[in-house]
Amino acid sequence: MLLLKDARNVEDYLAQGGFKALRKALEFEQDEIIKEVETSGLWGRGGAAFPTGLKMKFVRKERKTPKYIVANADEGEPGTFKDRVLMERNPYQILEGMIISAYAIGAKKGFFYIRYEYRDIAKDIERKIEELRRLGILGPNIYGSKFSFDIELVLGAGAYVCGEETALMESIEGKRGFPRIKPPYPAQYGLWGKPTLINNVETLANIPVVMRMGGANYSRLGKKGCSGPKLFSVSGFVKEPGVYEANLGEKTIGEIIELAGGVEGKFKGIMLGGGAAGFILNEEYLDMPLCFKDAKERGLFLGTGDIIVFNESVELWDILLNIAKFFEHESCGQCFPCRYGTKRMREIIEKIVCGEGRKEDIEKLNATARAMKIASLCPLGTSAMLAYESAMNNFREELMGVIQ
Amino acid sequence: MIITIDGKRVEVEEGKTILQVARENGIEIPALCNYIDGNPIGSCGLCVVSIKNGGREYHARACATKVAEGMEIETHTQEVEDARRTILKMLAEEHGEIGGEAKELFLKYGIKIKSDKKREAPNLLNNPFISFNPNACVSCFRCVQACSLIKENHVLVRENRGSNIGIVAGINEALKDAGCAFCGACVDACPTGALMDLTAKEEETKKITSICPYCGVGCAIDYYVSGDEIIYAKGSPNGVNKGDDCIKGRYGWQFVHSEERLKKPLIKKNGKFEEVTWDEALNYVASRLKEIKEKYGADSIAGLSSAKCTNEENYLFQKFMRIVVGTNNVDHCARLCHASTVVGLFKVFGSGAMTNSLEDLEKDAELYFVIGSNTTHAHPVIGTMIKRSVKGRGAKLIVADPRDIELAEYSDIHLRHRPGTDVALINGMMNVIISHGLEDREFIENRTEGYEKLKEIVKKYTPEYVEKITGVPKEDIIKAAVLYAAHRSAIIYAMGITQHTSGTANVASLANLALLTGNVGKRGTGVNPLRGQNNVQGAGDMGALPNVLPSYAKLGTRRAREIEKIWGGKIPDKEGLTIVEMMHAASKGVIKAMYIMGENPAVSDPDQKHVIQALKNLEFLVVQDLFMSETAQLADVILPAASSLEKEGTFTNTERRVQLLHRVLEPVGDAKPDWWIIQEIAKRMGAEWNYESPKDIFEEIRKVVPQYRGITYERIEKMGLQWPCPSMEHPGTKILHEDTFPTPNGLAKFSPYEYKPPAEEPDEEYPFVLTTGRTYEHFHTGTLTRKIDGFNELIPEAFVEIHPEDAEKLGVEEGDCIEVESRRGKIRVKAKIARIKKGVVFIPFHFAESAANVLTIDALDPEAKIPELKVAAVRLKKC
Ligand SMILES: Cc1cc2nc3c(=O)[nH]c(=O)nc-3n(C[C@H](O)[C@H](O)[C@H](O)COP(=O)(O)O)c2cc1C
Ligand code: SF4
Ligand code: SF4
Ligand code: SF4
Ligand code: FES
Repeated sequence: MLLLKDARNVEDYLAQGGFKALRKALEFEQDEIIKEVETSGLWGRGGAAFPTGLKMKFVRKERKTPKYIVANADEGEPGTFKDRVLMERNPYQILEGMIISAYAIGAKKGFFYIRYEYRDIAKDIERKIEELRRLGILGPNIYGSKFSFDIELVLGAGAYVCGEETALMESIEGKRGFPRIKPPYPAQYGLWGKPTLINNVETLANIPVVMRMGGANYSRLGKKGCSGPKLFSVSGFVKEPGVYEANLGEKTIGEIIELAGGVEGKFKGIMLGGGAAGFILNEEYLDMPLCFKDAKERGLFLGTGDIIVFNESVELWDILLNIAKFFEHESCGQCFPCRYGTKRMREIIEKIVCGEGRKEDIEKLNATARAMKIASLCPLGTSAMLAYESAMNNFREELMGVIQ
Repeated sequence: MIITIDGKRVEVEEGKTILQVARENGIEIPALCNYIDGNPIGSCGLCVVSIKNGGREYHARACATKVAEGMEIETHTQEVEDARRTILKMLAEEHGEIGGEAKELFLKYGIKIKSDKKREAPNLLNNPFISFNPNACVSCFRCVQACSLIKENHVLVRENRGSNIGIVAGINEALKDAGCAFCGACVDACPTGALMDLTAKEEETKKITSICPYCGVGCAIDYYVSGDEIIYAKGSPNGVNKGDDCIKGRYGWQFVHSEERLKKPLIKKNGKFEEVTWDEALNYVASRLKEIKEKYGADSIAGLSSAKCTNEENYLFQKFMRIVVGTNNVDHCARLCHASTVVGLFKVFGSGAMTNSLEDLEKDAELYFVIGSNTTHAHPVIGTMIKRSVKGRGAKLIVADPRDIELAEYSDIHLRHRPGTDVALINGMMNVIISHGLEDREFIENRTEGYEKLKEIVKKYTPEYVEKITGVPKEDIIKAAVLYAAHRSAIIYAMGITQHTSGTANVASLANLALLTGNVGKRGTGVNPLRGQNNVQGAGDMGALPNVLPSYAKLGTRRAREIEKIWGGKIPDKEGLTIVEMMHAASKGVIKAMYIMGENPAVSDPDQKHVIQALKNLEFLVVQDLFMSETAQLADVILPAASSLEKEGTFTNTERRVQLLHRVLEPVGDAKPDWWIIQEIAKRMGAEWNYESPKDIFEEIRKVVPQYRGITYERIEKMGLQWPCPSMEHPGTKILHEDTFPTPNGLAKFSPYEYKPPAEEPDEEYPFVLTTGRTYEHFHTGTLTRKIDGFNELIPEAFVEIHPEDAEKLGVEEGDCIEVESRRGKIRVKAKIARIKKGVVFIPFHFAESAANVLTIDALDPEAKIPELKVAAVRLKKC
């Protein structure tokens, strides 16, 4: 395993070749590191699947200083717990990736933003940061080089939307976590208006892998153009829920479910990409390889790489109601489409669950979903209807069955 | 770059938003939350458009997306129109009382606003000027943006989440408690009519633009009038203020409709005022003045002109005193605020006015050195400008003030010097600049004289020495000096500098500092006195001063003789008396009669007991005013005057800009414009005057005052011109002294001063230093603002600011009554625990019933004769 190692202590991590990648990186030119990451084909693991090397390049190119780097460990998507497991089992690899990235873009200061509910892990990470300082791996002149860098841990504000990169930055700045309007993107206008690189912690944990094996070799892990190891949180009606690692494009959805011990009960469908901002799919998708590109071809996103399995006991409208409630609760309220759209979706679905749904309600639901999708300010609002829309595509008969 | 918008290929400028480009091409995109182009809020989502570019198809907000090469934009596809309709429908179901411009949007899309949901009002509702309807508010946050981005007040904030999101003030407080400035920026920003001026009604109004009746910034204000009533007012985009205003400009007009306005001339008969006709009053005044002149000579009469009256009226008043009465005994309240500015700046630069303009100070100053000016309170629009420059473009700020004024929060350094020690502080800064070699040698060499003498004098003002005098840590003195010298720096000051026995020395020292670093005659630099009343600059320009004629021409010179020719009368050569001297002369019986136009010396002047006694001692007192002021009560005749909103004429603002007033209302009752009254008295005393309008008078001013020669009413119809403006082609002068100084040899003259302690220093008997000033809400002696209920609600009474430790020692708590006593009198006021320097207390001077000027001393600056209103020794006692 490249990510899911067991290296909870620094001794173990060093024994497994930890921080070699960093020492190697410090001998590279900054642009050379970015080149390696670009060649590797590593895409972000936080949900948006943006090419990591390109993002680094954008930040590197900015003239403004200081620059910052942020590790996003807010992991608020229901059904997602891969970051938690990664932080427990292989925390140093994340920190190493963060230090290398900081060096590559020229940041002297980093923030590790971790979900409030994970405060136990946060304490542990804080201790580890201190430990690395003592070892000279963080702080001034890392490994005797001219490069100095330190990390501050920030505990999240307890809202799902704070995982969104710009809301997260507002939160670090001590303000309420309202998403900012984009552009400008964090690469140009991030923390305190300065160029900022923000990555998911899993993305960061891939950086040492890239440095160790070289970008070209990394790009051959998995499928071409869809490379590298990825963590999948598998949950719901499976026999052995948990986090599983596989190279992208290597396994199909069905195969991953098998890895998790197979379905409990009779298979009905899955939710892919997140328990809220995900897609509700039927058995036709079981053969789809888990790869950004294959997903995109079908109009889907892998999101955070969640797979939640439903069996026949599950009522889809109930699930949709839960999701709608989640979004209504988590909408920051800043923009009209999401502020009222999430509320309206919940109201209508509630009516349907009570058995009072009519044709007009479905029309209203569809119109609301479309308005939110194109006019919400941040991706929370633009993805709040994905579950409903995909369920309608894949389980239309069942869903319409209760409509008068 | 070329883009396509709704099928049309257009050439566009880079950096514009799609919304701007659409608007320029006549395409209307609904944009409810867009307020400041290029600073999107993004809340409404209505402006979303479809875009194709480089094979990508997507949707984006037109207000937030900049155009890019090759974009193909569709603004009204079925899809986006549907989305807009859905969004509006959702709004309509949530907010039943949407009004304002937003309502039109609903009409356009044929959507009925139909919700009967009621929302809870936040506590901000609780205030005297601004109304808020929570059922109309759609939480677009334009008001929040205006409050923070435009005004830097940060009072309104977003509160709650999801569909409960809304606005509150501070931590859901009343506006006043959250620090609201009542500038009304939020009202102007609100598209739904949720926030409104409390006085606004749904009525047809016509808009008339004139100049604010209060401070020297001279903001243009749009007054919305219905019948003979102002309904509401706001800063005009076509003035120096560019749409900004403050509480006084926005709500301060309410005094014109006060019940207490004087509406008929009054003569005191048997100790009681009786209403009389204008004829009777004017005849009476003329005959009494003639009588006294014949009996005691012209110099037994004195006149107080007014910085609240127009240029035309000041000009006419001093002309009246000089050639009709025949005396130079004419002065006005600038004596009390900026006489030392005129003298000090004249000495160094050869001209006594603000050197730069608001516009270049806003854009180009890299550093503001604000000393003795509580700018955000006394000159709020300039205060806001400074805050915006500091926050918005990173300008630096040094504040020197013993009080923790609002600007101190924005400053890089706050020098809390002891009142009256300014010369030492400035000399100290110059000492540091010279000892670190930071002076501008080239500038000193080419444009100044007297540098060696300056060097000599400031030598002993080492940071250590200055720390002892001022109480400012020496590190701060050094830091301030270095920062000032290292930047394009502008000095901004007000009465905290001028109202001292060392007022002239203070002003000259600031001018020295500017010369030393070459910070004169360039954009974003200079020495910039902020004038208190709206026409202080003009009243001086017009010669309402005992020692100079219009355009500051000296008495008895060739220029004086030239003016005599235009006037057709003899101007006495002997200098007249200044305000404080007049009062002394009156109490000694030397001055027998006074003609006071629009001033309230019984409250504004130092050592109040003495002033009242002097006025009572007069044989004849005429007061011309809007209200029965404390001074008017002592008069024999009261002449009801029209306010500046009821007449025409010009004001000259603090940056020398001559601005035209437009009549907003007809005068109340029988009130008349001051120029008319003066002329009528003059005629009855034998003058053959025939001015039909203020414009006639202005035409004469143009002949007499060379700086105004190129200015005509036509040229300043829309926007004022800054003097000097010597010819019709001249565009006016934004920055003084760019190439040369108006001195005989064209050089500026360093005029160094030694530090001298204030006239009265604290001692064992009177251990506290009293300093006086303004509050944001009230103005001057309160003759106008205290007629307005809302202003009284915000600040109902006087208070004394005191350091917490001093308060503790005296055993007083917030709100307790304190007796403040000086060698001249005592008053009782409420304690306000504040962050002020220890041993210093502050009392505002607007309140006649607890007049700070009972306490102040009338010790005078030897050169400018300005009294030391800013320092007096007092003792405090809990009452
Ligand atoms: C509502 C919302 C919540 C998000 N939460 C997270 C999160 O918890 N962790 C995360 O890494 N990214 C989250 N994201 C994505 C981030 O905005 C951002 O894309 C990511 O941190 C970029 O990192 P990557 O390039 O390494 O994927 C969230 C996005 C949205 C819209
Ligand atoms: S889409 Fe939702 S979460 Fe995002 S800014 Fe709008 S209201 Fe806030
Ligand atoms: S008060 Fe007006 S401007 Fe402010 S949020 Fe409400 S609707 Fe918008
Ligand atoms: S800043 Fe002065 S001129 Fe402007 S509105 Fe306020 S009081 Fe009037
Ligand atoms: S105008 Fe663009 S989002 Fe409201």
